[in-house]
Amino acid sequence: MSEPPGAAVSLAEAPPADDSPRLLTAQRVLPLRRPGRWIVTAVVLVVVAQIIHGLATNPFYQWDRFRYWFLRPTILDGLVITLEVAALSAVLGLLGGVLLALGRLSGSPVLRAVSWTYTWLFRSVPLIVVLIFLYNFSALYRTLSLGVPFGPAFVTFDESRLATDMAVAVVGLSLNEAAYASEVVRAGILAVDQGQHEAAAALGLPKGYQFRKIVFPQALRSITPNYVNQLIGLIKGTSLVFYVSLLDVFGSVQTMGSTYPGDIVPLLLVATVWYLILTSAVSVVQFHVERYFARGATRTLPPTPLQKARTGLTELWARLRREAAV
Amino acid sequence: MTSTETLDTTPAALEVHDVHKWYGLHRVLDGVNLTVRPGEVTVVLGPSGSGKSTLLRVINHLEKPEIGHVSVGGELIGVKRHGDRLKELSERVILTQRSRIGFVFQNFNLFPHLTVLDNVAAAPVATGKLTRPKAQELARELLGRVGLGDRTGAYPRQLSGGQQQRVAIARALALRPGIILFDEPTSALDPELVGEVLAVIKDLATSGTTLVIVTHEIGFAREVADRVVFIDGGRIVEQGPPSEVLDRPQHERTRDFLGKVL
Repeated sequence: MSEPPGAAVSLAEAPPADDSPRLLTAQRVLPLRRPGRWIVTAVVLVVVAQIIHGLATNPFYQWDRFRYWFLRPTILDGLVITLEVAALSAVLGLLGGVLLALGRLSGSPVLRAVSWTYTWLFRSVPLIVVLIFLYNFSALYRTLSLGVPFGPAFVTFDESRLATDMAVAVVGLSLNEAAYASEVVRAGILAVDQGQHEAAAALGLPKGYQFRKIVFPQALRSITPNYVNQLIGLIKGTSLVFYVSLLDVFGSVQTMGSTYPGDIVPLLLVATVWYLILTSAVSVVQFHVERYFARGATRTLPPTPLQKARTGLTELWARLRREAAV
Repeated sequence: MTSTETLDTTPAALEVHDVHKWYGLHRVLDGVNLTVRPGEVTVVLGPSGSGKSTLLRVINHLEKPEIGHVSVGGELIGVKRHGDRLKELSERVILTQRSRIGFVFQNFNLFPHLTVLDNVAAAPVATGKLTRPKAQELARELLGRVGLGDRTGAYPRQLSGGQQQRVAIARALALRPGIILFDEPTSALDPELVGEVLAVIKDLATSGTTLVIVTHEIGFAREVADRVVFIDGGRIVEQGPPSEVLDRPQHERTRDFLGKVL
């Protein structure tokens, strides 16, 4: 660390006559010095420190009010709604996505066309429009019935009772999510080597088994990071359910904000921090899911953060001892 | 080309009857006839693009022939007789038929997310032939037979190419097939790994399993083959015992090919 950069340069410029092997074996290789990197790092550290200092000391953020609101029952109730809507839509959206992807990859041109049209439609219409459409659904179809198409109905639902706010939110988000998930799933299935399909077919494995045990588990490896991306978008998308009068985290914050206008900034911070916590939790789960599906794909599994930290410390210690020894 | 020798009532292990196959406008197989007796080892030779791999894939119906039919052990593959016409079978039935025909790929195509043991044990369980513990017991036995009894817990990518191909052979054997097809089993291997795979195949050949092997290993063909079939341009040009086809080829194209690869 203390060597001036000039020392390394003079070594490189030494005349070839001094390059005898006997002399070189005794030389320690000096790592390349990167002064530019140190300068940029210092500048970034200063900026980061400034931002943190501003966040902590600027009275505008009202951290005492943040503390007051953060675990209020009304906020926590909203959090439960957010979690429920997100979890249900994530599962239903993925299921729908798998079905749509299978439709897109099927041999039937009708199934392909229907899947494509669905994806095209729900990727084109903004989620908020879908939600408000569903909210006014009872105006479009007064009853929903289960029966023979164009024929007699066996069961009839009264639309106004079926369409609770929760159902509207979950259905709307799932419809939207399925359209995106279908492309993610389809990409994952296409990424599985053709040889895998052939080997499964050549062994005579039943069709369902081929998909569930051979193709889909391998597809999940590339589906996971993309679907988690979708999932984070979905979690943030749940904030739109406020517009169909469902009080999620954001909805509670909005309502409280209109009652206590002075607290709007700390309330927004409360929502921000909760969304941060949710996406962080998803990222932790993602890491372990990816690690699980990496079995067999890599010769050794990627290390967990704890293992990484441990090897990092061991290496640093070894390096320091080496430097001290020379 | 089919030789009707003695009055043999046992069905042929494999019968390919006047098979034609096109890829678009390109004719890959042009009237192939081939009969393989039970226990016979047939080696298929030919320049690349001659249709030898397609022939193997037609046998287990990974490719459908446009004209002609294939039967294995006397049973039509992929089709059934419907009056004097042939009708395609349902996918489920074809899958059952395939489970009686072993297939070993050039690129192994092991399932990377399953351990070596599960790769071998999967098919007998999935097709309902064995319970899981029985299948694993069989898998251990077969892996021992191909010299990999100590690597049952490994994942395929942790193995060398030669070891992977030996696992693939054990996987094919796990269904106790009446016939095994090898599609250039050593072409993706480093030269020093070819021997271990050939040794396993040779062991199968001497144990009386019916084998059809597409390969470029002429020396191996001479050693194990009961019959050598030379294909060019989607047609069988010449066939017979290795001593005839390899040492005294009758056709110009066979001589030409052997001159290049030997």
